[in-house]
Amino acid sequence: MNNILELNGVNKNFSSFSVKNMSFALPQGFIMEFIGPNGAGKTTTIKMILNMLRKDGGAIKIFEKDHILCEQEIKEKIGVVMDWPFYVDEWTLIDLEKSLMPFYARWESEKYKALLADFHLDRKKKIKELSRGMKIKTMLAAALSHEADLLILDEPTSGLDAVARSELMELLSGFIEDENKGVLFSTHITTDLEKIADYITFINEGKVLYSGTKDDLLERYLIVKGGLGVLSAGQKKQIIGYREHGVGFDGLIEKALWKSLPKTIITEPSNLDEIIVRFTKKGESA
Amino acid sequence: MNIVISNTAKAPIYEQIKEQIKAAIFSGELKDGDLLPSIRRLAKDLRISVITTMRAYNDLEQEGFVVNVQGKGCYVQPQNPELLREQKLREVEEYLQNAITAARLCKLSDKELVAMLKLLMKGDER
Repeated sequence: MNNILELNGVNKNFSSFSVKNMSFALPQGFIMEFIGPNGAGKTTTIKMILNMLRKDGGAIKIFEKDHILCEQEIKEKIGVVMDWPFYVDEWTLIDLEKSLMPFYARWESEKYKALLADFHLDRKKKIKELSRGMKIKTMLAAALSHEADLLILDEPTSGLDAVARSELMELLSGFIEDENKGVLFSTHITTDLEKIADYITFINEGKVLYSGTKDDLLERYLIVKGGLGVLSAGQKKQIIGYREHGVGFDGLIEKALWKSLPKTIITEPSNLDEIIVRFTKKGESA
Repeated sequence: MNIVISNTAKAPIYEQIKEQIKAAIFSGELKDGDLLPSIRRLAKDLRISVITTMRAYNDLEQEGFVVNVQGKGCYVQPQNPELLREQKLREVEEYLQNAITAARLCKLSDKELVAMLKLLMKGDER
């Protein structure tokens, strides 16, 4: 299987923050959720992938080609939605199309029109008159109107209500019905969009804590809960993000280890929220 | 064929898909040579990940229920009715064993357990 996107040891140093040795790969035909708390380095990484920000080291390949050497060719086949709209406020959605068209050999006017109609967006409206959710939808329409093979979406769900998120999910799972496509979307909170993600790359403080399939991650850990005084000091150490409160404790544990714990302890299947919170607290790799 | 996924069920999603397709094969709703929905279509319809769906189909293939024909899709394999019955019997035995273990734990007498089973079976006859 080919990787549609691949990062190898990517670095970026700022005075107060750095992305360290970032590596992950998205195989063709799948959706990856790029998740981490605010300030983890998600947007910095996405900007480096798109060469909007120069990386200090490492390699990035898109469609198995260097992202800078083949930038023109690659960008024709990428659809991008950024957290902040980068269009001119005074443009109408018709102007927007005119300005984007020359950059894409495979631009499809009909598709753009149809998508705007689907999203209930008036083409004569100016960008500045749109709500945040409408701006995101506009960018999505543009991203999907030039036969892109890879979608890169930075925080696409922020500012979207439940109905719009559901529409987005429908669009993405329809997009990935074609096994030659790929999707990378970032988010700082877990959302319903998580359901359709095949891979998770979880980062914090500029480092990858986990990158692999969502199912493997969820199956690896269990939530454990129990009363005070039932665990030995050694057992407490095995629990990730251990939290003690007035009447008990809770935390996360590797499935392989929980059988050694006392029988009175309750276990539940883990979820992405718990994993992220517990690991962010602990600051170690998943 | 219907597949209904519960997000609050204890069984993982791939397991739920697997069991429901198996049930459709056992009941005869899916027959030898029937084509299953494509992996990507099913993932889209159920709004779940492609990998989860692939896993369910791979398991079904390994257990001999379906065969994956490259570029065409997954077809239901002919099933040996005696083997199916045997498998079901093993399942029944397993559940009964669980019931016995639970009964012993709370010191339920064998008589009481059998009475309970009879009562439940009566309740199930509709």
